Amino acid sequence: MSVMIDKNTRLVVQGITGRDGSFHASQMRAYGTNLVAGVTPGKGGTAFEGDVPIFESVHDAVDATGANTSVIYVRAPFAADAICEAADAGVRVIVCITEGVAVRDMLRVAAFVKERGVRLLGPNCPGLIAPRARVKVGILPGSIVLPGSVGVVSRSGTLTYEVVFQLTRAGIGQSTCIGIGGDPVIGTNFIDVLRMFEGDEETEAVVMIGEIGGSDEEEAAAFIHEKMTKPVVSFIAGQTAPAGKRMGHAGAIVTGGSGTAADKIAALSAAGVRVAKVPSEIVPLIAAAAPALRRA
Amino acid sequence: MKIHEYQAKELFARAGIPVPPGTVVDTPERAEAEAAKIGKPVVVKAQVLVGGRGKAGGVKIAQTPSDAREKAAQILGLDIKGEKVQRVLITEAVDIAREIYVGVILDRRAHQPLIMASAEGGVEIEVTARENPGAIQRVWVDPRYGAHPFQVRRLAMALVNDAELARPTADIIEKLYRLYDDLDASLAEINPLVVTADRRVLAVDAKLNFDDNALYRHADIEAMRDVGAEDAGEVRARAEGLSFVRLSGNVGCVVNGAGLAMATMDLVKTYGGQPANFLDIGGSSRPEKVVSALSIILEDPSVRSILFNIFGGITRCDDVARGLVAAFAQMKLKQPVVVRLTGTNEIEAREILRQIPSLHAAETMDEAVKKAIELAA
Repeated sequence: MSVMIDKNTRLVVQGITGRDGSFHASQMRAYGTNLVAGVTPGKGGTAFEGDVPIFESVHDAVDATGANTSVIYVRAPFAADAICEAADAGVRVIVCITEGVAVRDMLRVAAFVKERGVRLLGPNCPGLIAPRARVKVGILPGSIVLPGSVGVVSRSGTLTYEVVFQLTRAGIGQSTCIGIGGDPVIGTNFIDVLRMFEGDEETEAVVMIGEIGGSDEEEAAAFIHEKMTKPVVSFIAGQTAPAGKRMGHAGAIVTGGSGTAADKIAALSAAGVRVAKVPSEIVPLIAAAAPALRRA
Repeated sequence: MKIHEYQAKELFARAGIPVPPGTVVDTPERAEAEAAKIGKPVVVKAQVLVGGRGKAGGVKIAQTPSDAREKAAQILGLDIKGEKVQRVLITEAVDIAREIYVGVILDRRAHQPLIMASAEGGVEIEVTARENPGAIQRVWVDPRYGAHPFQVRRLAMALVNDAELARPTADIIEKLYRLYDDLDASLAEINPLVVTADRRVLAVDAKLNFDDNALYRHADIEAMRDVGAEDAGEVRARAEGLSFVRLSGNVGCVVNGAGLAMATMDLVKTYGGQPANFLDIGGSSRPEKVVSALSIILEDPSVRSILFNIFGGITRCDDVARGLVAAFAQMKLKQPVVVRLTGTNEIEAREILRQIPSLHAAETMDEAVKKAIELAA
């Protein structure tokens, strides 16, 4: 089984009539995701691709279609409210792709979703993909994955694709690939995903791709050391990033000497994680760490 | 986004946080005039966005107006970590009895703002954290309720241990938190918060950084941006919707995605080269984006080679390749270019790139980086 999404995923797309929302709704559908509804206020009563009903609100969509998962493509000033709406409507998993959500908004959203026990992935994330179930929620390209047993979790988008594609080329398939997002405040962190992978029968080993900023990798290192039996291979981006500069992602910044790549690599190495010096080292490290991995 | 001390003090004063009187000036003559107006010894303080100005000679005490002119002349034009001092703040030198540190930051792990304070002000909080961690008080704030008055009262009492001084101290901390929250700050810091010999409590320094993602709802803050103090390339990149950071090397990097861009820089360094920049071109393959990315990178004369590292996912590699061909047709580049495209339709892409014989095509990231370093040598 994959984690967070599977064949039972019934997806509603918030912002389905926008440029990104409509494009990726088509892509997700073509890949195999069960797209049951869309939401765009003002466009309720119309349909997407002729047969996917569009609703005024997530509540209406959930009532009419039994949607249990939502993906958000609305613009940044409206994304926080979209997350709260989905959580309030009873969706169990919310994936927020939107980049540029203000931290102040996310702090309130994080408390709101936590109270309701809803799983939020993102914001500013590529979403996730489960190759065996052929379900994807978000923007990850379906063409680069391969069904298998490596769980991939990352704060990045294209760097994840790069690593996943290298795994696929080497014949090493993936159970679920998850982008947790590059913002300072995100709904799901490394430990949350590592715990899911540890409990997932399909996953035999994990690739964790971190970057500068915050201390999520350090906390993950402690978790791996204490709780994980499955091998973890890691890579940390931003070793050459200057302090005090934001490297694209809102959360990728070294402040007051903390959040450096060196600290993260040291913490992970001390926890027994094999840390790749360069991305191309990930494939040999994972192959060595889990020699029994099924090759496609 | 960062603003200067004098701007932060304006916001402080508006919020009711007491600050010593002062005026920002850009000539030694005006410094003298302002010091004369204050009529007491003054501090002449460089207004720069980078930290560490004190150690760099950017803060000096002047006893008389003519002394203020002299000190301002020394500081104006000074280069502090690459930033030229354009303005100085002339502010009353207060008689300091005690210095306190108060700052509001985001605790990313707790998903809550965190008020940090220490009775040992005037020292960078990172230094206190390293050398005397027990001296730091921490108060987490539930963002939905804001800082409760009782939390702030207890904190103030712990800092000053004097019921009479705790009241104005608590008032300042409460207002500082409110500023942080109302203005979408990422940092609100007073270091030092001073208790004067005559028992007044004053913010002698002021630092406010803002969440770039919230500036759309704070036009007044955006208007405070000092474009002159920022890197010209970074200013231009922001206007073009690119994410760019200038570094000091000679291998220019154009990459899609922030994580891959960081990993590319790292790889340049790992293989013995020096990256000239971080640049995330985003998900688009539009030729005009490539052109503006290249022209920003090439403003730096030390760039000797250019490396494209593009992962084509949803955007197919062949589309990106067509974008590159169109962009290169518009530009005359002296520097050699290495292109590495991988992902969906990469073989078709490599075929398209053959139209430009001067391009060096590479199949893997490692190969591309090594080639770009070699060409920059």
